[in-house]
Formats: sequence, C-alpha cells, structure tokens
Amino acid sequence: MRYMLIMHDTDAAIAASKEVDFEEIINAMGAYNESMMKAGVFLSAEGLTDATEGFVVDFSAERPIVTDGPYGETHELFNGFWILEVSSKEEAIEWASRAPLGPGSTLEVRRIHGDEAFAEYADNEYVKKGAALREEAARVQHK
Amino acid sequence: MPDIRRTVDAVWRIEGGRIVATLAKMTGDVGLAEDLAQEALVDALTQWPESGVPQNAGAWLTAVAKRKAIDGWRRRERLDERYRAIAHQLDETGEDEWQPIDDDLLRLVFIACHPVLSREAQLALTLRIVGGLSTDEIARMLLVPVATAQQRIVRAKKTLSAAKIPFEAPDPQEWRERLGAVLGVIYLIFTEGYAATSGDRWVRSELANEALRLGRVLAGLLPREPEVHGLVALMELQASRFAARVARDGTPILLADQNRSLWDRAQIERGRAALRAADAVGRGRAAYGLQAAIAECHATASSVEETDWQRIVLLYEALGRLAPSPVVDLNRAVAVSMATGPANALLIVDRLDSEGALRGSYLLPSVRGELLAQLGRVEEARSELLTAAGLTANARESAVLRAKADKL
Repeated sequence: MRYMLIMHDTDAAIAASKEVDFEEIINAMGAYNESMMKAGVFLSAEGLTDATEGFVVDFSAERPIVTDGPYGETHELFNGFWILEVSSKEEAIEWASRAPLGPGSTLEVRRIHGDEAFAEYADNEYVKKGAALREEAARVQHK
Repeated sequence: MPDIRRTVDAVWRIEGGRIVATLAKMTGDVGLAEDLAQEALVDALTQWPESGVPQNAGAWLTAVAKRKAIDGWRRRERLDERYRAIAHQLDETGEDEWQPIDDDLLRLVFIACHPVLSREAQLALTLRIVGGLSTDEIARMLLVPVATAQQRIVRAKKTLSAAKIPFEAPDPQEWRERLGAVLGVIYLIFTEGYAATSGDRWVRSELANEALRLGRVLAGLLPREPEVHGLVALMELQASRFAARVARDGTPILLADQNRSLWDRAQIERGRAALRAADAVGRGRAAYGLQAAIAECHATASSVEETDWQRIVLLYEALGRLAPSPVVDLNRAVAVSMATGPANALLIVDRLDSEGALRGSYLLPSVRGELLAQLGRVEEARSELLTAAGLTANARESAVLRAKADKL
C-alpha cells in the first residue's frame, strides 16, 4: 500500500530552519531519503517552492476565482511530500517518525488510493481515454 | 495509537535485516544471529508497551540480542574456552557499535541464498532474514502451513550452522553465479505473487511487492550490477499491470483484453527508469534486462495492435540465444504470430512439440490451441485448449481456457 507523507511547517519552524546551515538540512534529508531507498520503500519525493509562486482557485462563486492568494495560514499549506510503498500503516508511521524534522513541523500521512478506485468504471469513455493521454504524457516526458 | 505488536513488526521489517547482519558478523553464525534477534523481539513486545518505542529501535534490539549472546556464552564458558574468548571480545566492544554497513546486509542476502540450501529454503530464509517477514506471513505467502514454513526456516538455519558457512561475501569467482541465485530467488518470490502456481488466487500482490522491495534493496546495495536493475525493471513493469490482470470476480484477464488505463503509469515510469539505470552501467542487457525490455514494449503501447511486435520478436531471439528455453521459444512464437501471423508461429510451436519440450505443461497446448483457432482449425483448437485446461493446477486459469474452447 502506498502512503503520502505531506510536510507542513509553521512560521516558527520556517524561521528556525533558516538558522540551520542549509547543507546540514540537505544532508539530513538526503540520508533520510537514502535510508528509505535502501529499504526499498521510497517511490518519490518532491519539495514545493514558496507559496507566493503559486495561486489559489476558489470554487465558491459561480465561476472559479483565481487569485494570487491569500494562501491561509502557513501551517495550512504544505511544502513537500514523499510517496512510500509499505506493507502496513505501522510501517508508514515508523518511516514518517524518522523524518528529520523539528518542532513546528508536522507530517500529514495519507494512504493513496490503489487502482481499484477505477476498476468499476473500466468502460467509462474517459477512463479509456485516460490511458492514451497518460501514454502520450509518458512519451513526451521521455523524449 | 498503533498496536505494539504491529509496531514491533514494522520496526523488524525496517531494521531486521541489518540487525541480523550485525549479529551475524559478531557471532559468525547467521542461524544463531536470527534466533538472538527473535529473542530480542520478544523482549521488545513485553517492554515497549511500558517504556515506549526507543528512539533508535534497531540499536535497542541489537544491544539486547548481543547481551543475550554474551549471557549464553558466559553460562557455557567453562565448557569451552573459545566461547569465553568471544564473549570477552564482544563485551569489550561498546554499545555505540550500531553502525551497520551495507556490506553486512549484502552478505546476508548472499548467505540466505547459499547453494548449500535448497531453493525452497533459500526462498523462506530470504523472506525471513532479509525481508523481515514473520513465519505466519511467509506461510501465508508461500501457501504452506505455518508448521511447514517454520520447519523450512529452522532447517535452513541448522544447515547453515552445520556447514559452518562463514559470514562473508562469496569469492570473486563465485560472485556472478551466486548473484544469479540471489536474483533468481527474488524473481521466484515475485512470480509466485504474479501468477500463483496453485490455489485459486491469480495475483498475490503482497508477495510480488515484497520481491520488488527486496529487488530495490539489492539495487541500492549493488548499483553497478546491471542485471539487478534489469530485474527491478522487469518486476516494476510486470507489477504495473496488476490492477488490470484480474476481474472483480477473480477471473484472470489476458494482456489483449486488459484495460490499459488501469496500468500503473508511475510504476511503468519507475520500471523504465530502472532499465535506464541498467543501461547506464554500460555492460549491456542480459536475461532480466531483455525481459524487462519486452515488458516495456507492452507497457508503452496503447493497444495490442499498436505494440511493436517486431521488436518483441527480436528481443525474444536475443533472450533465446542468451538463455535458451522452450518457454522463451513459446513466447517468441506468440510474438511471431502477432508480427507475421499464426502460420509462422505454428511452425515454432510444432517444432517444440515434436522435440517433446514442455511436456505436461499447459502452456504449449494453450498457445497451440490459440494459433489453430486463428487458422480456423476449430476442432484441433478446441481439443488443444481442453488439454491445456486439464493440465493447469490453477483453477482460474483452467476456467479461462475452458471458456475459450467453448466459444469456438
């Protein structure tokens, strides 16, 4: 089963991390990622850029409203994620607990739907088309 | 709060291999190391609910197991001077010695697949001490009673101890051959999960996932061995089709009928990345790499018709030269039928048949039946398909073949 580890930071945590040598952070994260790779559970991980580079789409109104913010409280945002493949919830907990994060940081851990989610809709036109689209996306990606 | 039993299991899964490796290095006996580690786990089960899970659970378990080893030897020290020496030496080394290096884990992988053990024992021991699976899990995965799994593991450990297998990587000249055995065991675990050889379940994905995890571990340990990446690529690409391989009622769905939108794209990409990692080593592709390349052809095609069957035929030819086997020839025949029609393919199958290859296996008659059906030789086709249905031990597979014969 796959789990997504979603990283949340508070303003305090971000401020604290700026006190630490960036190379130290890279090394700690690198070692953490490497340990998961060596255990064969690591599938992917990405960090996200500052929220000010993003935008918000609000669906409350009749037409979606796109704004450059506000983004809400820092702790409501997330700034990076890991995707792991483990055999139990407890294993996900173990790995998540080993993340080199400090006070103010939290990890939200969510199980990812397996393919079973679409199994009943195999005949759906868009589910069928989806294959071709992803196929094309994969081709473009690997040119 | 997580259940403590499951937490201990999770820690064991993550750290088990390294703990056993460290203890085996200390004691020079893998079987003993595994027993000590198990005893330490029992302590963890009783102590952690009170004390909480220690910060470094792996170090805790290793320290406890080491203490048990020393205690055991102390009790026997009057009997054997040698034990006293080891106990003394172990006591000298500090608790902070917990710095397992990858080489230890690698040695463990090689020892679990030592040629002195039978294939079955290699399989059980690999799942146990490298994969960190419990006896119950192993029994469930290998579809054997718990007592049988237990017996296999105990016997394997005894065999290793009796043969005085040193805790070391094999000699350079044995290296390739042993790595081949290691990869073979991992792939065997995978294929047991990919297409169960018995029982009525078509896919046992947890077993396949375990093999994948072991493969990824091995690739991390041996990044310069192309076939390790090749095997990982092969397993990723094959596993990417799991969701599409079975209908909701458990009936297997063959490649041509699979809903390709259910194939796991991320997994396909991981498989292709592993294949690139194999190529990056620069020593070419061998058997697993070639099979992965074939799987890649399927994974990147949007339909059976769009598949590059010509390339698949060539890949099977290369595979057949490298690792000749009637199964490879049979698969090549299927690819030939897709590339240039059933008549050419039937020539290959008939030659295999006349050579008596694959006698007793359902594979040959099922392919032959398929080809005959395409050529309009309905009566012969039906007879071959029914022969095939009678030969497979997998109930689901048998039902598919019978249905095919009925439809003709």
